[in-house]
Amino acid sequence: MDNSRSNSFLRSREGVLTVVALAVLLAAPLVAQAAGQTYFISLASRVAILALAGVGLNLALGSGGMISFGHAAFFGLGGYVAGAMVFHAQEGGQFLGLLAGTQQALLSWPLALAVAGIAALFIGVISLRTSGVYFIMITLAFAQMFYYLALSFPTYGGEDGMTLYERSTLGGLSVSGDLPFFFVCFGVLLLALLLCSRLTGSRFGAALMTARQNETRLATVGINPFPVKLTGFVISAMITALAGVLLVEQNGFASPSLLSWHRSGEIMIFVILGGVGRLIGPVLGAAVFILLETVIGGYTDRWQLVLGLVLLGIVLFARGGLVGLLAGRARHD
Amino acid sequence: MTDLLVLNGLQKHFGALRATDDVSLSVRPGTLHALIGPNGAGKSTLIGQIAGTITPDRGSITFRGEDVTPLTLPQRARKGLGRTFQISSLIPEFSALRNVMLAVQARQGSSFRFWGRVMADRSLTGPAMACLERVGLADRARVPVSDLSHGERRQLELAVALALEPVLLLLDEPMAGLGPEESRKMTDLLHTLKRETAMLLVEHDMDAVFSLADEVSVLVYGRVIANGPVAEIRTSAAVREAYLGEDA
Repeated sequence: MDNSRSNSFLRSREGVLTVVALAVLLAAPLVAQAAGQTYFISLASRVAILALAGVGLNLALGSGGMISFGHAAFFGLGGYVAGAMVFHAQEGGQFLGLLAGTQQALLSWPLALAVAGIAALFIGVISLRTSGVYFIMITLAFAQMFYYLALSFPTYGGEDGMTLYERSTLGGLSVSGDLPFFFVCFGVLLLALLLCSRLTGSRFGAALMTARQNETRLATVGINPFPVKLTGFVISAMITALAGVLLVEQNGFASPSLLSWHRSGEIMIFVILGGVGRLIGPVLGAAVFILLETVIGGYTDRWQLVLGLVLLGIVLFARGGLVGLLAGRARHD
Repeated sequence: MTDLLVLNGLQKHFGALRATDDVSLSVRPGTLHALIGPNGAGKSTLIGQIAGTITPDRGSITFRGEDVTPLTLPQRARKGLGRTFQISSLIPEFSALRNVMLAVQARQGSSFRFWGRVMADRSLTGPAMACLERVGLADRARVPVSDLSHGERRQLELAVALALEPVLLLLDEPMAGLGPEESRKMTDLLHTLKRETAMLLVEHDMDAVFSLADEVSVLVYGRVIANGPVAEIRTSAAVREAYLGEDA
C-alpha cells in the first residue's frame, strides 16, 4: 500500500487509458497544425473545455452522488462574468456598477470562479436539503432562473448575447492563436484532473464518497454529511464554471444558451457516456460527443439520434461507461 | 459513580403504535447492559432514539451527565456513542480497511483535508488495521465489502464502531444471521471488549445474553417489564411468561 498507490494507478488499465486518452488529445492539434488543418485545433480545444465541464460535474455526481441537473448555471455564470469583464474593458462601464473591466485573465477568471462559487454555495445550501428526484428538480429550477436572468439582462445583450472582440491575455501572454489557446485549455484540464484525483484519494474524498454510498454510515461515525456535500458541490461548480469561462473566451461570444437546460443535459451526457465517477470518463465522453457531432453532423442534422443510440447502448450494456468498457470495474482500495 | 446513560420517560409513537412507552433505564459505566424482548417490542426503535436517528416524542436521554436529547446523530457519535446496525450498514465500494479508516478519520476530526492520500497516511491505516486485527479480519483488509461474507460484515461493523473508541457501544443484534460457530466467536470477542467499553446489547441469542450481561432489561410492547441483574431476570416468573416461554 502506501506510496505505491499513484504508481499502481498508472500501471492499471484505467491508468493506461487515462494517459493514452490525454496523449491523443494533446497530439491531435499538433498533427492538425502540421497538416494545416487548423479547424481541428479549435475542435480539440472544445473537447478539452467540455471535458473540463464534465470533470466538474463528475465530482458532484460521480463522487458525491449529487445528481445536479443545473450545472449549466455555473457554466454560464462563469462564462458571463469573464465575458462581462472583457466587454467592459472594450465598451467601458462597470461590472454590476462596481468593477471596471479588464482583459487580464488572471483577474477576470478568478472573479468568475468566485461568483460561480458563491452562487453554488447559495444553491447548494438550499438544494442539498433535498435528495433524489427533488434535488434534480431544484437544481434545474435554479439553473432556469439564471437562464432567464441572462435573457433579461440588456447590458449584456439579452437574448442576443454579447460579442467580444478580443480574448483576455494571460499575464503577458497572448492566447489569441488557436494553438496557444489549446495549450491553456489542456493545461487547465490537466490541473482539474490532478485536483480531482487528489481530492477523491483524500480524507475529504473518503467522506464525500461515503455520503454517496451510505449517508447514515457517515453520520454514525460522527461526520455531518451536509458540509461535506456542500463543499463538494461548490468545488464541482467552480470547475464547471472555469469551463464556461474558457468557452466564452474561445468563441468570443456569450449568450443565454450557455445556461440553457440542454447544456446541463449535455454535461451530464459526457459524464454518463464516459463513466460516472471515473477520472478520465468525462474526457472520453466529451470526445465521443464532439466526434459524433462533427462526423455524423457532417452528414445529417439528426446526429443526436446516433448520440441517443450510443448513450442507450452504454447505459444498457456498459454501466461503467466507456471507461468501464475499456478498463473494467472501478477499484477502490 | 454516576450512570453513563440515563433514559428518562422516553416515549415514541408511530400512529397508534406505542413503540416506546415511558421507558426509563440506566447503564452503569463498565457494564454490559442487555436489552431483550420479543420481536416488535421496540428494541431497535429504542436504540435509534439513543443513537440519534429517531427523535423521541417525550422524555430525555442523558449521556455522561449531559442531556443529549437535542443533539444530532453525528454530534452524539462525537460525544462517544458508537453503534452497530442490525442490518449491516457499511460502505459497499470500499475495502474493509477503508471502512474502518473512515471511522478513524472521523475520530481524529479531520475530514476537510483535500490533498494527502488516505492510503499513504499511517495515522489512518495503522489504527484501522489494529481494529481489524481485534475482530479477526486483518487478512481480509483489502477485500471490498461487497465481497465479504455476512459474518465478516458483522465483524466489520464492530471494527468500525471500535475505531471510534466509544464510551458506550450500542450493539443492535450483533449475532443476527450468524451460525452457531460464528455466534460463539462473536460472544468471545464481546467478552474481551467488555473490559474496555460499556455496552448496551440488543440480542435474541439468550446464551450470549446470559453469559455476557451484567444487567438485563426486558422490553415488551414498548414497556420495560423487568430490570435487574442476570440471575434475577433469569428466574423471574413474569419474564418467563412474557418472553422466555415455558421451557426456558
